[in-house]
Amino acid sequence: MSAPFGCRAATVTARESHGAYVVIRCQDPTGPRPRPGQFYMLRTAERWGGGDGERPFLPRAFSVLRAHDHELHFLIEDVGPGTNRLCELEPGEELLLVGPLGNGFLAPREDRRPLLVGGGVGIAPLAIWQDELGPDPLAFLGFRDALHAHGAALLANPVVATDDGSVGHHGLVTDLLQNELEEVEVYACGPPQMLEAVRELCADRGVPAQLALESGMACGFGACFGCVVPTTDGYVRLCLDGPVLDASILRTAAPAGAGH
Amino acid sequence: MSVEFCGLELEHPIINGSGTFDAIAARRAFGDELIERFPFAAFVSKTVTLEPRQGNPPPRLWELAGGLINSIGLPNKGLAGYLEHDLPELAELPVPLIVNVMGFSRDEVAALVGAFAEREEVSALELNVSCPNVETGLMMGADPGEVGRLLERVRPLTAKPLIVKLTPNATDVPSVARAAQDAGADAVSLINTLRGMAIDPRSRTGEPWLGGTTGGVSGPAVRAVALAQVHDVAQAVEIPVVGMGGVQRGVEALDLMHAGATLVAVGTESFRDPAAGGRVANELVELLANSAV
Repeated sequence: MSAPFGCRAATVTARESHGAYVVIRCQDPTGPRPRPGQFYMLRTAERWGGGDGERPFLPRAFSVLRAHDHELHFLIEDVGPGTNRLCELEPGEELLLVGPLGNGFLAPREDRRPLLVGGGVGIAPLAIWQDELGPDPLAFLGFRDALHAHGAALLANPVVATDDGSVGHHGLVTDLLQNELEEVEVYACGPPQMLEAVRELCADRGVPAQLALESGMACGFGACFGCVVPTTDGYVRLCLDGPVLDASILRTAAPAGAGH
Repeated sequence: MSVEFCGLELEHPIINGSGTFDAIAARRAFGDELIERFPFAAFVSKTVTLEPRQGNPPPRLWELAGGLINSIGLPNKGLAGYLEHDLPELAELPVPLIVNVMGFSRDEVAALVGAFAEREEVSALELNVSCPNVETGLMMGADPGEVGRLLERVRPLTAKPLIVKLTPNATDVPSVARAAQDAGADAVSLINTLRGMAIDPRSRTGEPWLGGTTGGVSGPAVRAVALAQVHDVAQAVEIPVVGMGGVQRGVEALDLMHAGATLVAVGTESFRDPAAGGRVANELVELLANSAV
């Protein structure tokens, strides 16, 4: 299903606080249902460039967190001028979006159970994927601290690790995976260093993995060629051929400039 | 509101800037609605070089107040790949196709122009001269003599309209435009991006952010520069001018037409809204209709 051509307004219906995170819900009555792992380009209708010479100027790419009855949920952490503006959105304001864009996750290969691995705000696409897969798959989720670990409540069956040990396992989410990799297919999204650790671990253990990567994007639909990541087949545009890439085509999940 | 440009009959005056819209990728993302609501009156494809290019290493983008710097590095499949894979798909677009080409010597540009001269899918050619001539070391588009000699070489190779895409990174852009006109160019287009740079905020030693070190600045941040250069060039030549630089709205396209542009290209704004070109065209047509009374 293609994305409707052009950006469209989606009215914000709710803004929820989850510790360090904000979930923005909006109504998208005319858009198609997104596939788990697909993403949208978001900006606000007011105070987002448009001639008055301020950042933010470009839209920002966000994996969809959840979609129910034409209501889209996006998980946002305030880390810069674009996310700051998005976190300020109030019900009744308008969001301009283009999407759904990109490829999304594929079903697990035969005889393999899905295993979800997320880090920080990167847990977003795993929630909609879990909604589709059903609540059975475990979700191993890593966060910086207790404030960020509130995000774990957005998924079912979370197993949490925190950098400071304030919630769950004290350490990296990959520590928790070591004994869980029999007959699974890993679905991961998170910061570049985490994704790279997951990629290496899965490669060592011969476990297939689908990684949802992030890259700075100007457009989201293949026009700007700005979001490329290196693969065994040369540079690919993450917006068209991703954001979900099979780990087997990556030499690294943490290319230069990732995570900025 | 149709407009005549180098013998082409266009539905309206809005086209795209080369390298700011990939119609093949956009069709993958948006399906046939892209074709039904195609935003541009002619489509200018991304620069084609003789050999395939991977492009620059990432990061390739840096957001600015009112724009961005890009350091993409002209990735493309090369002439053979373009002819085999891209041209058949682009020929299906509902508007005339303008192919943008770049070579690192006059021979390379001549090979590209010669190859497209016989292709009836191609309505016009745009020459990207924002690169060095590896034989002379001079930036082709920064030197009137270089541009004149290039046009003298390629003009006899095709009857198709030749548009020279001018770089703003030159001392005397109107002189370059006049040299292009005197050597047989049918039109000039401007501005290409302005050279710019960003420092990696995470680097203690002040390393460049962009993989290609420097890049090109575009967006509303360059609009005033574009307006001035289009104005100066339009005063210096009789051939038509394609104006571009930071256009987000119909009124800004009209500004460029007042400065002397026959057509106006939308570039960076398409990144914010893929349908921006169509919106700008509608706004412009309405403004022109009102001002014609």
